[in-house]
Amino acid sequence: MKILQRSLLAFLAITMFPATVYASDMPEIDSGATAWMLTSVALVLLMIPGLAMFYGGLVRTKNVLGTMMHSFAAMGIMTVLWVICGYAMAFGPNVLGGWFGWSWDYFMLAGIDETIMDAGIPEYVFSMFQAKFAIITPALIAGAFAERVSFKAYCFFIALWGTLIYNPLCHWVWASDGFLFNLGAKGAIDFAGGTVVHISAGVSGLVVAIFLGGRKSFPHLPMRPNNLVMTMIGAGLLWVGWFGFNAGSSISSGLSTAQALTATQIAAAAGALAWIIIEGTHQGKATALGFVSGVLAGLVAITPAAGVVKPVGAMALGILASGFCYMAILLKNRLGYDDTLDAFGIHGIGGIVGAILLTFFIRESWMAEAADAAGSWTLIQQLGVQALAVLIAISYAAFGTWVILIVLNKIVPIRSSAEAEMRGLDNSYHGERGYGMTNPN
Amino acid sequence: MKLLIAIIRENQLDQVREALIDAGISRITTSHVSGHGRSKTEEIYRGQVVVPNLVPNIRLEIAVNDDFVETTCNAILNATTAHDGGLVGSGKIFITPLEQCIRLRTGERGPEAI
Repeated sequence: MKILQRSLLAFLAITMFPATVYASDMPEIDSGATAWMLTSVALVLLMIPGLAMFYGGLVRTKNVLGTMMHSFAAMGIMTVLWVICGYAMAFGPNVLGGWFGWSWDYFMLAGIDETIMDAGIPEYVFSMFQAKFAIITPALIAGAFAERVSFKAYCFFIALWGTLIYNPLCHWVWASDGFLFNLGAKGAIDFAGGTVVHISAGVSGLVVAIFLGGRKSFPHLPMRPNNLVMTMIGAGLLWVGWFGFNAGSSISSGLSTAQALTATQIAAAAGALAWIIIEGTHQGKATALGFVSGVLAGLVAITPAAGVVKPVGAMALGILASGFCYMAILLKNRLGYDDTLDAFGIHGIGGIVGAILLTFFIRESWMAEAADAAGSWTLIQQLGVQALAVLIAISYAAFGTWVILIVLNKIVPIRSSAEAEMRGLDNSYHGERGYGMTNPN
Repeated sequence: MKLLIAIIRENQLDQVREALIDAGISRITTSHVSGHGRSKTEEIYRGQVVVPNLVPNIRLEIAVNDDFVETTCNAILNATTAHDGGLVGSGKIFITPLEQCIRLRTGERGPEAI
């Protein structure tokens, strides 16, 4: 009956108002889903100032503004690029054998002015939601090489990285014709960006950190965080924003949103507790930075998994992520590379742990659907798909970053001059000071 | 015993500290201070020329036995001139006699306590 009414209405619309023919072909707006997606866009945007505070608090006083500017600059640069070419490259139809997508409709977002997607939300909302992911990913990398990068080179680097590494990865994993989206029975599972965002950012960060070398005086002089209070607030904002990041990635407002939201909360809490228990046992004190590192490790690990795991899986992933990330940071200190704010230790390792180990906690209904689609489907097969997706993300991000660095470094020296590094990024690149009078360095 | 008070550029704290540690002087006190020197640093901030009236500096206080005065001064001098480019405003070292020194933990007095 409803279908009849609708087609009747459509018929009337076509006959009476020829101008609206195009619009009537589109799905109706689902105001519930749209409202939640609008909220999610705002929540994910909030993560970026959150990240700025998180990273800003962890560096030395002389670099606090420069480090916060890394996140803020990404908001400017990546948004503009997203409108110009990012959305087209990430979500357009395959070109160049599926390396990335392209659609002139998406150039300057010109063709989506009135588009409503099948999910019942305006395409503008989806595009802006995805833009926030393109912003936060390069901003995450900045943690690996904080305190020693020239601002100008950083801006060029994230522009190139976002265009050449992020957009193709995003296309492979999330566009409907991306090859990782169609790998195996029901695709490689990456609900909200474990491979696209966290593994790619973490691995690229590691590559840049090794390329640039350590900070002056690393590691023989201790370099303590200038303001952990700001770091705690930043971590709080990240946790809040992550509900938009994960639950928003359902692109709906319903059951799957609730499942993702629940998994997110549980993994963050379990990760935090696991971290302070490990740290407290191992080193005798449960640090505030340890707690928030655990929160992030848990959140990162649940990011790819939020859509497919139940609460028990979320808890397990949070705990496992903290364990692995804690070991990764200990190992970093042994190996001696200067991943300043542990972008690889938390985002790289946490992302890999989440993307691979989620296989063992997939809810039965998902496996049943996968089996229906492929005839039969086992955990081991899905594990293979996950491992392959992770491997592809790692190798593409590492190789691509290396190439960008070598080319860019010939044009704009990426590393700060010794003098600029000593004076601090704030004074050298921005001519400002973060605080009045706090720590004397 | 002498008390050395060095006023140095803010950005040179790390290199001075490292130089002092290399020279075997690790007992120092630092603080953020601001003041006037002979220099007038003009900075351009958001398109306007600004002359900050009180320039932020770092003050180091180092108590040493007489034998170490030269070592300490040389360490500071070498570290500050290395990257300075001869601009005014590098800072100064003041050396004053130190009457007494007491280590709180043990109550030792004099040169041993430094």
